Amino acid sequence: MIYLYLFLTFFEIGLFGFGGGYGMLSLIQGEVVHHWGWMTTSQFTDIVAISQMTPGPIGINSATYCGYTACQNAGYGVGMSMLGSAVATFALVLPSFILMILISKMFMKYMKTNSVQSIFTGLRPAVVGLLAAATLLLCTKENFSSPDEDMWQFSISVLLFAATFIGTKFFKVNPIKMIVMSGFAGLLLLY
Amino acid sequence: MTNIYLESFKTFFKIGIFTLGGGYAMIPLIEAEVVDKHKWISKEEFLDLIAIAQSCPGVFAINISIFIGYKLRKERGALATAIGTALPSFLIILAIAMFFHQFQDNPVVASIFRGIRPAVVALIAVPTFNLAKSAHISWANCWIPIGGALLIWLLGVSPIYIILIAGVCGWVYGKYIKPTI
Repeated sequence: MIYLYLFLTFFEIGLFGFGGGYGMLSLIQGEVVHHWGWMTTSQFTDIVAISQMTPGPIGINSATYCGYTACQNAGYGVGMSMLGSAVATFALVLPSFILMILISKMFMKYMKTNSVQSIFTGLRPAVVGLLAAATLLLCTKENFSSPDEDMWQFSISVLLFAATFIGTKFFKVNPIKMIVMSGFAGLLLLY
Repeated sequence: MTNIYLESFKTFFKIGIFTLGGGYAMIPLIEAEVVDKHKWISKEEFLDLIAIAQSCPGVFAINISIFIGYKLRKERGALATAIGTALPSFLIILAIAMFFHQFQDNPVVASIFRGIRPAVVALIAVPTFNLAKSAHISWANCWIPIGGALLIWLLGVSPIYIILIAGVCGWVYGKYIKPTI
């Protein structure tokens, strides 16, 4: 049964996933963490981290990984979990497949009409909100710890957040480099 | 004679492997392959294609690959290019997922990920601001992303509803409100 839900969920994400991989993350998170409870916020954050560090589009990477983790957390073995990742990835790509072919076939000329452009005028600012929500939803105790729980880990977390934000936004440091350095800092300071 | 299915599959497999850190960094590589090297589409078509692939839902690199595959050999061509783009990701992630599971409770790995998690949250925060710039967010329309984010974050509204409402409002605005001003 989990395969059917995985399929429907990732099909939906593929269909409404505007704004590229990052825009998709808030949808994936909303579904797999909050709606279905297939994994914890930390597990999801780890998946995002690994999806960013490995080659391939982030949307595909995280769908494959989420499909695997969802099955694994449900107690399935390796083979069944592989099937889960195949289902999630296939379901994510399917709406693109249908939509892009429909557009190439007949809607090419509609893409520049005023109605379609107006829809996008509304969508663009909303997608910014989706990304902001993805960020806010990840600011949890699991990811940052909390001042009462572990002041040291919380301070280091906030520091690493600030360093990565400033580094990538203002100094254009490669994101993968930031992840590797933060992992190193974690090993040194949070072991 | 080269087989076009195999050729396009190989090209997009390569593109899939070298996509690091998100689709938009890939545009130059895709352009070099499909426009300059293989001449599957012209430069102008490619620019149109980027605009369409960006505005459509779904994974950017996948959208582009399907479009080009379809142009080359209809549905079967699109299938070859889509699988080519997704396959490297799929195989690499599967290998990592199977491997990582055994190590995630290891204290060394756990401490590394305690450091990585806050960094990942920052890496999602940065594109929010970059996208806000390219979406021309101003004082007049900043309530849309702020309102949307708060609805999702505090009230647990599904992002899908936000997308749907924003699309409908954009359409209504363009059709009935904007022209009268």
